[in-house]
Amino acid sequence: MALKEMHPEAVAGIVDRVVSRWRRDPTCMVQILREIQEACDWIPPEAIDRLQATLGVPRTKIEGVAGFYSFFYLQPRGRYRVLFSDNVTDRMQGNMALMERLCGSLWVEPGKVSEDGLVSIDKTSCTGMCDQGPGMLVNNLAITRLSVERIDQIAELIRNEVPLLDWPAEFFAVEDNIRKADILLASSMQPGDALRAARERVPSDGLAASNMRSWREGLPSGLGGPAAMLDEIKRANLRGRGGAGFTTGLKWEACRNAPLKAGQQRFVVCNADEGEPGTFKDRVLLTSYADLVFEGMTVAAYAIGARRGFLYLRGEYRYLLEPLNVVLERRRKDNLLGTNIIGIPGGDFDIEIHLGAGAYVCGEESALIESLEGKRGTPRNRPPFPVTNGYLDQPTIVNNVETFAAAALIALNGGEWYAGIGTKHSAGTKILSVSGDCERPGIYEYPFGVSVRQVLEDCGAKDTQAVQVSGPSGICVAPAEFDRVIGFEDIPTAGAFTIFDNSRDMFEVARNYVHFFQHESCGFCTPCRVGTSLLKNLMDKLHNGCGSPYDFAEIEKLNQLLQSMSHCGLGHTACNPVLDTIEKFRPAYEKHMRQADFEPAFDLDRALAAARQMTGRDDPAAHIIKEEFGEDA
Amino acid sequence: MTQTFTLDGKTVPFEDGQTIMQAATKAGVFIPHLCYHPEFKPHGSCKLCTVKVNGRQTASCTMRAMPGMVVESDTEEINAERRALTQMLFVEGNHFCPSCEKSGNCQLQATAYHLGMMSPHFDHFFPNRAVDASHPEVLLDFNRCILCSLCVRASRDVDGKNVFALSGRGIKTHLIVNAKSGRLGDTDFTLADKAAQVCPVGVILVKRKGFSVPIGERTYDKAPIAATVEGR
Ligand SMILES: Cc1cc2nc3c(=O)[nH]c(=O)nc-3n(C[C@H](O)[C@H](O)[C@H](O)COP(=O)(O)O)c2cc1C
Ligand code: SF4
Ligand code: SF4
Ligand code: FES
Ligand code: FES
Repeated sequence: MALKEMHPEAVAGIVDRVVSRWRRDPTCMVQILREIQEACDWIPPEAIDRLQATLGVPRTKIEGVAGFYSFFYLQPRGRYRVLFSDNVTDRMQGNMALMERLCGSLWVEPGKVSEDGLVSIDKTSCTGMCDQGPGMLVNNLAITRLSVERIDQIAELIRNEVPLLDWPAEFFAVEDNIRKADILLASSMQPGDALRAARERVPSDGLAASNMRSWREGLPSGLGGPAAMLDEIKRANLRGRGGAGFTTGLKWEACRNAPLKAGQQRFVVCNADEGEPGTFKDRVLLTSYADLVFEGMTVAAYAIGARRGFLYLRGEYRYLLEPLNVVLERRRKDNLLGTNIIGIPGGDFDIEIHLGAGAYVCGEESALIESLEGKRGTPRNRPPFPVTNGYLDQPTIVNNVETFAAAALIALNGGEWYAGIGTKHSAGTKILSVSGDCERPGIYEYPFGVSVRQVLEDCGAKDTQAVQVSGPSGICVAPAEFDRVIGFEDIPTAGAFTIFDNSRDMFEVARNYVHFFQHESCGFCTPCRVGTSLLKNLMDKLHNGCGSPYDFAEIEKLNQLLQSMSHCGLGHTACNPVLDTIEKFRPAYEKHMRQADFEPAFDLDRALAAARQMTGRDDPAAHIIKEEFGEDA
Repeated sequence: MTQTFTLDGKTVPFEDGQTIMQAATKAGVFIPHLCYHPEFKPHGSCKLCTVKVNGRQTASCTMRAMPGMVVESDTEEINAERRALTQMLFVEGNHFCPSCEKSGNCQLQATAYHLGMMSPHFDHFFPNRAVDASHPEVLLDFNRCILCSLCVRASRDVDGKNVFALSGRGIKTHLIVNAKSGRLGDTDFTLADKAAQVCPVGVILVKRKGFSVPIGERTYDKAPIAATVEGR
């Protein structure tokens, strides 16, 4: 395993194998780098030499891509790379003490590599295991339910250099925790049912006639099917489940109607980046309902006339790659993927899985497409939008996992049936990822229109102080608002439902979210790159007991700037958690404030901390005590 | 019939495919910008050129002009936000103008003057960035890099070399050069490269040319940056 000193020829051999598996295609750069790192434990310069030679891609480009993703290392890391999930729920479950314990027993500092190169320990953004946390990743494999015992066992396994494959299987067990199922999670649909139903659909009057394009451009077969299928999606009033709530039928239609230049085709992309802290329902869908999702993608391909599809799976769900590939393989065997699907002439479609590598921003659809193309995950300038200029500049639809699953149900049962569920403006059901302070965290599926209070009751939440709906970029709901409902007309959500009881410090919750945005900003645009750092510094200043009302004004100002000047949704929403909590939980902030109008962020005593650590002193004479000092959270 | 839109109440003609920035420049209206350069594909990252189009903010260097658009640019609100962006760029890097060879020729400095920036306002980050003096003719002082990617585009699109690229993410985004050593001296970069001439700030500096034009006689000493466009 000691690959730090790997022979250049051995590295070249690995690179060549990986590159040929990915068809020597530079657009697969993210996948190529991932597989090289899986084999080498990092991305050594020799690997980049070889990539440069075999792919003809300049070194700057390769390093630029590798440098963007948190899970790629251009410097040697430990052979065991431990990353503690650092969502606010992990914090509440005590992840920091566990991390300290592991660092202590393995003699390594957080963020550093142990001297023998054995292990590195660090934090990472939410790994999507909030209902069974605290979570961690070891060499990108998810471990759940960390406890003191488990941490001590892990320390022992690492010390003894036990290969990950031989670690106890229960460490890697991930539960679905489905607590409430409705049309989707209780569906008994068999693979192929939805596709066969879509094929049988005949064009309805009016709507369909305007647009007659078959699966494969120009083929007269199946004229009714695709257009009729699209009509059903429109009739269902299905809206995207990834957060923005765009009308799915319109998106698909725009893509279907987008002109193709010679040699171009259309693409279906499933967004399984699920990076919003507190969201884990796509993980469950892909674990136990993968057929529904793939079937929905195939229905979409049928409706818009696409021949290729991608599933963009977040790197944190690496463990799902093999099982998902097994499902794809079975579907190919059953003629549900491949050519002439279920006997439809020209019904050609296949799906390839690409993994992310630790970048929340890659959930943004245009950044996701950049990443699929093997680039840095920077959101594009829009317009043009992906429906006309998406993957490799060709018409592309990007939809959330849950959106595709719902589309499969609509293909089977029809749009009218679907539109009848939920509320007027929000048709169908929504799957919530419930976590935080409650007795039964897990997955809950409700028809739209369910109240926050109802969900709290069902999951056994007590003394609830606040619920963060839709994650850090969503909204923070206070008890006075618990009768508000989940739906596009009131509280829209991508699915996260994180509960805080009265014992929690809402300021610290907001601070955790601000750190998240700062860590995940892609750095492309000035307001978000610098603004999220300024915001983080302000929140840390308050945390350190140096806050003043002046800082509130600064936060307001930053918010204004981020909202109006940022390049993408990440920057637009980065101030949300702070503004919401300031408005609704101001006392939590005031606790962290001094009375002055202004306090400098610089604190002399704090600045001496490094000197104290070096000299091993902590006596009163080694401190500069200011009046009133000492209220540190 | 030519198409038009209005910019701060003024009617501006444009041709199909032109951005708001291009049309405005042609019409002699200055919109502050740092990552835009007329010879390159727009990047849209610095956001200094943000304007309001029909009430919504957008980068004017990437937004195509459309007939009848109502664009606001030179308003107190937008300029205040632009000012805050320049302040952000100042505190993100290490800009000590009095000792900088670019002073007086620097677009960041000139834009800050144009926007009436009186202080950096935010707390400085004081990042630790090493200088690269490995090249015989050119010095790279990364302390002043504003990540506009003009050198990246120039090297890739004009010089055909890919000497520069952005790496890292978020606040750790930084410029890298095309050499295993990471040093400019080990690349095929030359003074004749277009990339040697495009840096809007004081990163890519020609060696032994320091202060050959005295302070006080430099580009923006003679006329403010807005004059580069206005009254053309
Ligand atoms: C910073 C950012 C992160 C996002 N992350 C996700 C994600 O993880 N999953 C997702 O489905 N959509 C995500 N989105 C929304 C996508 O851009 C896009 O709207 C969505 O995938 C469209 O699918 P839908 O219409 O089915 O919701 C994100 C958006 C932003 C701005
Ligand atoms: S690059 Fe421009 S702003 Fe920065 S120090 Fe030099 S003159 Fe000042
Ligand atoms: S070196 Fe200059 S041109 Fe290149 S990105 Fe930095 S500021 Fe822009
Ligand atoms: S959009 Fe990524 S930094 Fe602004
Ligand atoms: S000049 Fe338009 S974003 Fe920089």
